[in-house]
Amino acid sequence: MNKSLPRWADIILIPLLNLALAMVIAGLVVVFIGEDPIQAMKLIIQGAFAPYGIGFTLYYTTNFIFTGLAVAVAFHARLFNIGGEGQAAIAGVGVALVCLAFDWPHWSMALLAAMVGGMLFGAGWAAIPAYLQAKRGSHIVITTIMFNLIAASLINFLLVGPMQAPGMAPETSGFPAGASLPTLHDIFAVVGVAFDKNAPVNISLFIALIACVFVWLLIWKSRLGYEIRAFGHSEKAAVYAGISPLKITMIAMLISGALAGLLAINTVMGEAERLVLDSVQGAGFVGIAVALMGRNHPLGVLLAAFLFGILYQGGSELAFEMPGISREMIVVIQGLVIMFTGSLENLVRMPVTRLFTRFKRGAV
Amino acid sequence: MSVSTQTDEGRSAAAAPIPPAIQLRGISKAFGPVQANKDITMTVAKGSIHGIVGENGAGKSTLMSILYGFYKADAGEVFIDGNKVNITDSRAAIAAGIGMVHQHFMLVEPFTVLENVVMGAEEGRLLKPSLKKARASLKQLAEDYELDVDPDAIVGELSVGFQQRVEILKALYRQAEILILDEPTGVLTPAEADHLFRILRNLKEQGKTIILITHKLREIMDVTDSVSVMRRGAMTETIPTANTSPEDLAEKMVGRRVLLEVSKAPAEPGDVVMEVKGLNVIDSQGVKKLKDISFTLRAGEILGIAGVAGNGQTELLEVLGGFRAAVSGVVTMHGDSIDLSPKANAGKRRARGIGHIPEDRHRRGLVMDYMAWENIALGYHNKPEFKGRFGLHNQSAMRADARGKIERFDIRPPNENLRASNFSGGNQQKIVVAREIEANPDVLLVGQPTRGVDIGAIEFIHQQIVNLRDAGKAILLVSVELDEIQSLSDRILVMFDGVIQGERLPENTDERELGLMMAGASEEPAS
Repeated sequence: MNKSLPRWADIILIPLLNLALAMVIAGLVVVFIGEDPIQAMKLIIQGAFAPYGIGFTLYYTTNFIFTGLAVAVAFHARLFNIGGEGQAAIAGVGVALVCLAFDWPHWSMALLAAMVGGMLFGAGWAAIPAYLQAKRGSHIVITTIMFNLIAASLINFLLVGPMQAPGMAPETSGFPAGASLPTLHDIFAVVGVAFDKNAPVNISLFIALIACVFVWLLIWKSRLGYEIRAFGHSEKAAVYAGISPLKITMIAMLISGALAGLLAINTVMGEAERLVLDSVQGAGFVGIAVALMGRNHPLGVLLAAFLFGILYQGGSELAFEMPGISREMIVVIQGLVIMFTGSLENLVRMPVTRLFTRFKRGAV
Repeated sequence: MSVSTQTDEGRSAAAAPIPPAIQLRGISKAFGPVQANKDITMTVAKGSIHGIVGENGAGKSTLMSILYGFYKADAGEVFIDGNKVNITDSRAAIAAGIGMVHQHFMLVEPFTVLENVVMGAEEGRLLKPSLKKARASLKQLAEDYELDVDPDAIVGELSVGFQQRVEILKALYRQAEILILDEPTGVLTPAEADHLFRILRNLKEQGKTIILITHKLREIMDVTDSVSVMRRGAMTETIPTANTSPEDLAEKMVGRRVLLEVSKAPAEPGDVVMEVKGLNVIDSQGVKKLKDISFTLRAGEILGIAGVAGNGQTELLEVLGGFRAAVSGVVTMHGDSIDLSPKANAGKRRARGIGHIPEDRHRRGLVMDYMAWENIALGYHNKPEFKGRFGLHNQSAMRADARGKIERFDIRPPNENLRASNFSGGNQQKIVVAREIEANPDVLLVGQPTRGVDIGAIEFIHQQIVNLRDAGKAILLVSVELDEIQSLSDRILVMFDGVIQGERLPENTDERELGLMMAGASEEPAS
């Protein structure tokens, strides 16, 4: 039955309808608290796309691409990696250690080393739940959630102890100038295009785009991806084909953790240039919604990440401009989008599928 | 298109016309673009046994599901005893006197027989009175129809044959006048099947009407009064059973002449390829599934393993296929032992020349969401020809390979980019068969090769297996279909409760003897 929906409708129409529905409900909420929903919508769009805003939108987008891809890769092996938050947080430690280790002569060297550091730490944090799942059958959803909490406590400890900079603030020292990543402003300046100087979006955005291509190749073109998907669709068939569940569970989670870990180059290295408390700011969880909405496809993840980037940036503008709408209201709106695009997916899918079959039968 | 024939000669000749038990008029049902039932008209005389035959996907189950209220027909009318009824759900079906015995039983295993019978038909808020009443009527039913079952037995501890009787009792307790049985003998030994047919004849004597859905044409010939043939959603014919034959029915089902017998020359067994010695397997619950299994397999022969499902055949294939560990025993290939530890890997088995057509193609043999070309590479996806640079697959080589196999094995539709789930059962199985046979293994493990496969494809798959044997390969065939074992095998082993009961040659044995061995009844010396 599901197959009777054309691909374009599955990938584009359904998410758009879901999004529209979320917007209508969010609009009603806005009306309910006595504000103008059209005006609110305008403020979100303006906030996200104005010259001062787009740089923030893209910065958030970068974060969500990394965490969205992380969830997507694990999900192809039917592993629900809820631990992107913790993996990205621990990766921040790796990135900070790398950046603080030397007086880096050039940002490019520092970036490569920090990527390795972030990926290693992120993958390492994912490795333990992965191993427990593969060997002991401890459910990965439970263990990764617990590991998020452990990661937060561990970073608390590090930032008021071994890694704390002199002073009172729970943060590391600032990174050396050689580890400072070029922002979009710096990059566009080379080709003579003006871009907002204060925006945190940096070269990590391009790393994220490359990561999308990498994941696409991995999942749909590589032998490893074939094994990951086979295992995800049917463990029994995978075992019959000689694919080791232990190996696939470990590898898929390591790749997932490494992708989540790359987030730290954007936040820790690119933006804060030091490790602070809560450097991930919930991007790990947003990644779940992004992957859900993006159908675990890199292109879908990219688009969904951009949408959530708009919601984040536009949302903070809205909260700033409209006194009736608090920070919490923004979270409600974001939550509605997640709900409609993720968990209430079938709400729209079933009637649309029925409509398509009726239309097709009428055409025959 | 549809023919409705007045059947059951004796009864319809009576002076006062008895309205037919069931009359379907112009039933149609579509699932999306698939027309599962097309304008079906069928009449079943009261007090008769009516068979429905057809290939998989012919629409038998859909039709019965409409009759039982699982699906709503797009068009058409249902008459029971001459009255038009509107069956909206199974409750309405029961009220109309229709009972159904599903292929997969709908029983709560930890409950007793009595509790299962009463479930859903309790009267009042308290359970006790209902149970008491059920106990009395169960006793009556047992006397009337030879349906003896201990009302206090736990259903999960009963044999499959008895569980089926509980299903029938459930329907009768609900005053069913019409009983629909969907593939009732799939899980029974020949003796149990015979008993079932005695019960059905008994029910018929008492005036009940029975609809029997089966793909076993012999059963149709044995027990039914009339038979309807379905093909591609349409009911093509309804005829008195006395006027037809299995060959005739097969032809009507498929639409062309079908060879029911496998044509094969006598085997020319060569050297021993595989030797199994003292194999023991214990499952995760600690139950012994294989007990001291030993046999040899020679090149150029088909060794058939007969047995009722669940007597260790599955575990045997899994151990040999490399995804279940044995606790003890030795298996050698060409004299070298193979790994039976938990570290064994199906990929290594393939490298040793052991191919495997698994019993469960939906969950093991195929990844249903994978396209045909991906499935045709499954298990062989790391072959050098399929490797590209940087760990990528050479997908064009894989697609080309798949196209070749699709053409040679006549897999339809011939589209390598279609998902496995969009092929019919027979064509899905052909994908598995093509993959495993063309890998040219020294030993081919074959589990239930034609389960859920249409007759036309059965003929083809059997021929492929025989061809592989004639090419000097060794084949281990596990099947619960005794006909298949008897017609394909060069030697037959019978398994019961994890033990090999004995070995027979197909020419020196018969169904009765094999059936007894399958039930664990005999320990006669080998012929």
